Amino acid sequence: MASVHQPKPHDSGPLHVTGAARYTDDIPAPAGTLHLAFGLAAVAHGVVTSLDLAPVRAMPGVRLVLGPDDFARMPDVSPSPAPEPLLCTGEVQFHGQPLFVVAADTHLQARHAARAAKVTFEEREPILTIDQALAAGRLLEDPLEWEKGSPDDALGTAPHRAQGRIEVGGQEHFYLEGQAAMAVPGDGDEMLVHASTQHPSEIQHKVAQALDVPFAEVTVQVRRMGGGFGGKESQGNALAVACALVAQRTGRAVKMRYDRDDDMTITGKRHEIRIDYDVGFDDTGRIAAVVFDQYVRCGWSADLSLPVADRAMLHADNAYDLSAARIRSTRLLTHTCSNTAFRGFGGPQGMVGIERVIEHIAAHLDRDPLEVRRANFYAPGNTGQTTPYGMQVEDNVIHGIVDQLTETSDYSARRAQIAEFNATSPVIKRGIALTPVKFGISFTLTQLNQAGALVNVYTDGSIRLNHGGTEMGQGLFTKVAAVAADAFGVDATHVKITATDTAKVPNTSATAASSGSDMNGMAVKAACETVRDRMAQHLCTAKVLWHDRDEEGKGIIDRDGHPVIREHAFDCAPDDLVFAADQVSDGTHSIPFWAAVQACYVARISLSSTGYYATPKLAWDRTQRSGPRRPFYYFAYGAAVTEVALDTLTGENRILRTDILHDCGKSLNPALDIGQIEGGYVQGAGWLTTEELVWTPPGPATMGGRLATHAPSTYKIPGCADRPRVFNVALYENENVEATIHRSKAVGEPPLMLGISALMALQDAVRAAGSDVLLDAPATAERLLNAIETPRGSGW
Amino acid sequence: MIRFMLNGEIVTVEGAAPTVTLLDWLRETRGLTGTKEGCNEGDCGACTVTVSTLDDTGVTHQALNACILFLPQLAGKALRTVEGIAAPDGELHPVQDAMVAEHGSQCGFCTPGFVMSMYTAHRTGRVDHDDVLAGNLCRCTGYAPIVRAAQRAASRPVPAWEIDERAMLEALALSGDMSGEGLHLPGSTASLAAIYAAHPNATIVAGATDVGLWVTKQFRPVGPVIFTHRVGDLARIERVQGGLRIGAGVTLSRLRGAMADRHPDFAELIRRYGSVQVRNAATIGGNIANGSPIGDGPPALIALGAELTLRHGEDRRRMPLEDFFLDYGKQDRMPGEFVESIFVPDQEDTLACYKLSKRFDQDISAVCGCFALHMDGDVVAGARIAFGGMAGTPKRAHAAEAALTGQVLSAQAVRDAQDALTQDFQPLSDMRASAAYRMQAARNMIRRYWLERVEGVPTRLVGPKSETGVA
Repeated sequence: MASVHQPKPHDSGPLHVTGAARYTDDIPAPAGTLHLAFGLAAVAHGVVTSLDLAPVRAMPGVRLVLGPDDFARMPDVSPSPAPEPLLCTGEVQFHGQPLFVVAADTHLQARHAARAAKVTFEEREPILTIDQALAAGRLLEDPLEWEKGSPDDALGTAPHRAQGRIEVGGQEHFYLEGQAAMAVPGDGDEMLVHASTQHPSEIQHKVAQALDVPFAEVTVQVRRMGGGFGGKESQGNALAVACALVAQRTGRAVKMRYDRDDDMTITGKRHEIRIDYDVGFDDTGRIAAVVFDQYVRCGWSADLSLPVADRAMLHADNAYDLSAARIRSTRLLTHTCSNTAFRGFGGPQGMVGIERVIEHIAAHLDRDPLEVRRANFYAPGNTGQTTPYGMQVEDNVIHGIVDQLTETSDYSARRAQIAEFNATSPVIKRGIALTPVKFGISFTLTQLNQAGALVNVYTDGSIRLNHGGTEMGQGLFTKVAAVAADAFGVDATHVKITATDTAKVPNTSATAASSGSDMNGMAVKAACETVRDRMAQHLCTAKVLWHDRDEEGKGIIDRDGHPVIREHAFDCAPDDLVFAADQVSDGTHSIPFWAAVQACYVARISLSSTGYYATPKLAWDRTQRSGPRRPFYYFAYGAAVTEVALDTLTGENRILRTDILHDCGKSLNPALDIGQIEGGYVQGAGWLTTEELVWTPPGPATMGGRLATHAPSTYKIPGCADRPRVFNVALYENENVEATIHRSKAVGEPPLMLGISALMALQDAVRAAGSDVLLDAPATAERLLNAIETPRGSGW
Repeated sequence: MIRFMLNGEIVTVEGAAPTVTLLDWLRETRGLTGTKEGCNEGDCGACTVTVSTLDDTGVTHQALNACILFLPQLAGKALRTVEGIAAPDGELHPVQDAMVAEHGSQCGFCTPGFVMSMYTAHRTGRVDHDDVLAGNLCRCTGYAPIVRAAQRAASRPVPAWEIDERAMLEALALSGDMSGEGLHLPGSTASLAAIYAAHPNATIVAGATDVGLWVTKQFRPVGPVIFTHRVGDLARIERVQGGLRIGAGVTLSRLRGAMADRHPDFAELIRRYGSVQVRNAATIGGNIANGSPIGDGPPALIALGAELTLRHGEDRRRMPLEDFFLDYGKQDRMPGEFVESIFVPDQEDTLACYKLSKRFDQDISAVCGCFALHMDGDVVAGARIAFGGMAGTPKRAHAAEAALTGQVLSAQAVRDAQDALTQDFQPLSDMRASAAYRMQAARNMIRRYWLERVEGVPTRLVGPKSETGVA
């Protein structure tokens, strides 16, 4: 009865489908709980010339209003060393920046009151675009540049050369549960915070600093989030800090959740990027050298932009061996919400750049882009090839994946059929593309690659599990519970998974960088093995006694009223004792697991342990140009084939079929992993097709810079019918060459980039429509029609 | 005081404000937090509930968005939430069971809404899952496992513990007019007319898919509210001399059914109007009366030559639908006057409807072009072409019509009509589309009509009626 490698359903499934799963806003609030809302800046850039909060205080139900003048020291909510004030303290940096916070008896009253302030601004021209930021020289830090080989020489001697530019838009997370937090004051300085966050420890730190109390006074709990995708790594800080501050001042419990429009207006998004490229290649499409210039639009503050932009550089190669390359990254500040983590964390943006280069080369040589891709893949296995940032690729399986996928997806035959279809279909054109993924696993800030766990075994044999990871839907708890169940040889139903709690496991990293199951799984395994080894040590060295119990778990009493005591002596070394099938066995005799636990308790053996894990082999310092260079423990691989149909009269399109083969190593839970792959693909395809962020241009009323797409009515994530009509997802038979948790691989982020195949399939269809325009993203219907009409002279 | 059934029990609500949403009431007053707020504007479906109504045809079960449903709209109805569909002993409903088994939930936040859409479809035998679920957004799963769950559940019967609400609904049945503080619930069109004439400053709420947002997003004071959902005779579709009379209170869902055989392209256009939840609430009268330049009903109805009947007290006037729209935000409607019915003349079906939006389903049109060209042999005898999204109002393309009328429908005539469009429209740029795109797409729609109707070229990504509605 194995627990790991099994397709077990999500542990919260029955709670999800009955509405019983509690999210932050569902936690029963104490009587008298106050509700908060932020008053927001109405301009993208400018100065607040007057802020009259008296009308806000006069609104029904309002109990407290805090403006910038109500703080001796403005609390900081930044996830980076650069400060980010909770409330605007002078210059407005983006439309929607919080100006003040109002506490009222109900959520609705707070929202109403937040609009009642009389605010005047001296509006200034906002810097909104990459071009404007470049012209204004607004850089977050000096451009970063990495070089491998001699790209300039190689470009000069290459038989072919192409230059181009791709612009790729940002992406709204659209987690279904908006940002939410609740603070409940405790004894003295204690503060309990419930938050919808991927990073409880950071919330703990930010709240403690804002309250001016030691970290130990603040406890943050997270049972689950209604989606995160990176959007809850840092963006929940402001809500939790605001709640805690008002709780401290009023002594009441305080709750805050953003209305959807506020959420979309205030919170950061995936970074928009512009990539200029210059590539030299031979007749087969083999790249001799490539130069990338990445321009990353960070928004108004640092947030997580530096590591995001780094990861874009770190994925500029994707699965391709670039013998000579220069990658330059410019990080730009604009008067827009501060862009933040989003599934892939810059990696997808970097990867789109090289995939576009491949398409450009293929178009230049009039070859199937798949041939060009194959011509450039890193060699199979561990061949000593290094990435542009100097890490050796030791685990490459992209060849095996692509070979198998082209076979199972019938790529070649379908390509021919599509050509045939297009020859006779004047309006609807089809396109197909295969794109690969190679994604680096580990936080690039090495210190974050550590995790802790706490495992308690109770005398009835039940196990309570805590670790530093958070559950946002990815099934982390289910996976980690399986690891614990496996370690003790019990059914996973005996493992109780509990809310993430900074008081139980301290100093945790964000559940991010796809690292959740890798790191927390290992920490849990270590904790479980510590307890198990202690148990084994005792069980094999002493006669074990336990009070027998019936099937319902009640202690059995004999006719005389005495407990029925059973006993057993194991005859093996501790290392040979087997924990399996809810039993502990020496090979000839076995006793129930709970009996073994009870016996250990009676013998005063500790049944609780912490566990700890630090990812090995890492060596990376983004600022150093020499020394060992291994930002990633390993790579996860995958590939997708997407076929689309394109309406050349409007640019509308449908994904007809998608085939995916993805590498999860030896999957911890194939069902959950396939779920991540399906969902990641659709999210990635959405990013590159329909999901368009639009900021208003300057107009007569304002100087622009308002997010026009601040609700699901205008920002269109994929709907049910946008999923591929035929959707075949399979896991590649593989085992992690590194000693990860049960030889599995991380799965959170990598599949998102499989969605790049949808963009490239549309590119193929545009080509079939007689246009050689290379697509920017998102490839909305409008962009697609423009691409089709341009060679006819009717583009715009 | 309003009374309705909540998960099988009759509840009485005293003195609720007319604009308290069902979602807030469930979560904040009843502690039923299974129903989720995802967007508070009817676009994500996380708050989907099932509402059962007794009408002439029996008990109907409909999925609705609780976030833009006002509590008074439930008077006399039966409501079921995600907490109320499993068996009393906790056995999961087949759709819940299938969602767990097929890994249909990840973060789980959208799940209650999906479950309720699936529950409603399961109860009514619908298997057009893509359409049933078009109004429920999920950001985790990519939908594939959810559709697999819907398919899996479809083969299982409605569970034995499901109650028939008929008797209770009959007991709750209301008659006559009702009113409360700041609200009126007239029971007939005559009462509606009298009340509105007496209170011209009131806001008429039919489905609340628009007014709901005034309340949840814009905080607009809506004054006294007149709810029309109890006005049975406003929701009738009747055959009359020379055509069909459609009451203003007819929902988009019912209009879709009425148009399926007459004008299949209109029915397909309506299928892409909002979502199941929105179409179940929204009325054609509201779609016209709010005067939106991007509503999908008016262009199709204008192309069909529909006429509008407005009523003020006992006075009625009738006009071609296109004349109702005067300018952006301005309609030919007096205070206290309301849209009573729409007349659609009988005609040979030549209607083609082309809806263009960023996302295929459940998205507001960037451009909606509707064409009805009546042919005399090869020659266009009469053309009615109307567009949404191209001007401040839904508007006919008179110049394009003129360019086609009397001509053989040919490539040249199409080019002339395309060029004439620039006389008809100077569209705007916004977050949905640029002016240039709108114009080019509208031009191409004329070409599409010719290609598919004359040249017989397949031009559609998804054909109308590609999936059936009822099992």
